[in-house]
Amino acid sequence: MDKSQGLTPQSRFFRSDEAVILSVDRLQMRYGGKRAVETLDDFSLDVHKGEFICILGPSGCGKSTLLSVVAGILRPTGGSVTMNGRPITGMDWHRTLMFQSPTLYPWLSAYDNVAFGPRMRRMPRAAVDERVRRYLELVGLTEFAAAKPYELSGGMKQRVALARALVSEPSVILMDEPFGALDAFTRTNMQVLIRDIWRKHNNTLLLITHDVDEALALASRVVVMSARPGRLVGMFDAMFSHPLTGTAEDDAVRASDEYVKLRRAILNLIDTGEGKNR
Amino acid sequence: MTDDLSTGPRGRRFGLWAVTGLTVAVILAAWYLASNVFSASPLFLPSPQSVWKAFLTICATQYKGYTLWQHLGSSLQRLMLAFGLSVVTAVPLGLASGYVPWIKAIWEPIIEFYRPLPPLAYYTLLVLWMGIDNESKVMLLYLACFAPIYVACASAVMRIGQNYLRNARVLGARRGQVFLHVILPFALPEIFVGMRTALGVGYTTLVAAEMVAARSGIGWMVLDASNYLRSDIIFVGILVMGVTGILLDRVIRLAEAYFVPWKGKDY
Ligand SMILES: Nc1ncnc2c1ncn2[C@@H]1O[C@H](COP(=O)(O)OP(=O)(O)OP(=O)(O)O)[C@@H](O)[C@H]1O
Ligand SMILES: [Mg+2]
Repeated sequence: MDKSQGLTPQSRFFRSDEAVILSVDRLQMRYGGKRAVETLDDFSLDVHKGEFICILGPSGCGKSTLLSVVAGILRPTGGSVTMNGRPITGMDWHRTLMFQSPTLYPWLSAYDNVAFGPRMRRMPRAAVDERVRRYLELVGLTEFAAAKPYELSGGMKQRVALARALVSEPSVILMDEPFGALDAFTRTNMQVLIRDIWRKHNNTLLLITHDVDEALALASRVVVMSARPGRLVGMFDAMFSHPLTGTAEDDAVRASDEYVKLRRAILNLIDTGEGKNR
Repeated sequence: MTDDLSTGPRGRRFGLWAVTGLTVAVILAAWYLASNVFSASPLFLPSPQSVWKAFLTICATQYKGYTLWQHLGSSLQRLMLAFGLSVVTAVPLGLASGYVPWIKAIWEPIIEFYRPLPPLAYYTLLVLWMGIDNESKVMLLYLACFAPIYVACASAVMRIGQNYLRNARVLGARRGQVFLHVILPFALPEIFVGMRTALGVGYTTLVAAEMVAARSGIGWMVLDASNYLRSDIIFVGILVMGVTGILLDRVIRLAEAYFVPWKGKDY
């Protein structure tokens, strides 16, 4: 296969012709309390069905806050979020959020943690078992199915949390720095896994990361936020998701002019914090 | 078990047991010396032998109609009945109070009001209302056990990390399911703390409960013996109560270790 082929924009990844599934409209978020801080300011974003959006931005700019609002955990102080045209009024498993720190239940084994969601939704026993096994296998934890969270390493916990978020195959998956505690090798494996799942199930993903390479490896679109108050300062259609395979061939892609240029542009934008399109 | 350098190897456990054993031995020896060698008055300090003899006597024959074990048995029966009732009522109510503000608004003032009251202050009222039989005693113990469990449960819910609750909802659990499948297990460590406190408070209240119109009970036995200045019986009663208290506490701690294996660990 011609390696440069993946670098040209491919309509397969440019999904603006798909219906808008999530619409974030002039979102404002101000936390109460003594030091009331404007966290999100006038943030708008339309997410099309089947997109894989990676959100980049400096620490404390409101990325986690944004996901909490989209998940229906926090009520915004201004603006609105709609899913399929209907305003979001609360939490819902169709928009699963994987939290920044793994929130596994310590009394449940890895298996039972992953099975938690399907069981709560009263999925038939056999179906639960099939799914949970499949997803534990995918994150490489079959052997540790019976282990309790305190018997797992930090990275393993994160993989259980990942399996737990994916197991219900929700239409929108929100992930807050899901690969933070993983070593480079496992990280790449998980990136490949999540990308394959996205391809296969055509779900919509919003993933926060502070790693530009991760964003470029995964996203169909990269969104850059400014320092607090977080606003949208840049958007890039990234087409590298396809050619990156988690093998040595990646190096060639990452050395290509187009990749380097895009990477530079994104880093500059995060660095200066001020977008040209303010 | 693995050795953890921050807490010391488990092997030292044995050493600690030896220290505890030695402490008990020293106290017993001091007691023996004080009564036998320095001949303290048997009224103030009965000798270990006489206490042992009294123990054997009331085990085999009776003290005022009942053997020691029957006294202990009727006390424990009251205590366990009250304790069991308080666990099955205070746990759900306490957890619900922590989870649903208006439930807390109803119950907290009532419990906050009666909790600091000395049990004897309202015991007379309970006797007037419920009679001098077992009911009023069990009720008194029930009230004593209820408050600590309720308070522990209500504060346990407050301490659960928000994201653990949200996570359940985001995975598709309804509010009721969150209560049963997340809040209850998360509160287990505090429930056990509350239960241990409750058992301690209940046990102390026991003597008070048996002061009025009882005919049996270990607390009653001690109080009755003190009317006749039977120091040996008082000693037997106190020792039996102390040991029983330790054993009950142990049982709860064993249950805790079984049900809360994650306690004190990172998860
Ligand atoms: N519950 C809260 N109450 C008050 N302020 C909050 C709260 N949560 C977040 N903030 C503030 O909102 C801002 C954005 O927080 P947020 O967690 O969304 O940042 P982030 O972009 O996810 O950062 P990071 O990359 O470090 O995770 C921060 O300045 C923080 O102090
Ligand atoms: Mg964050």
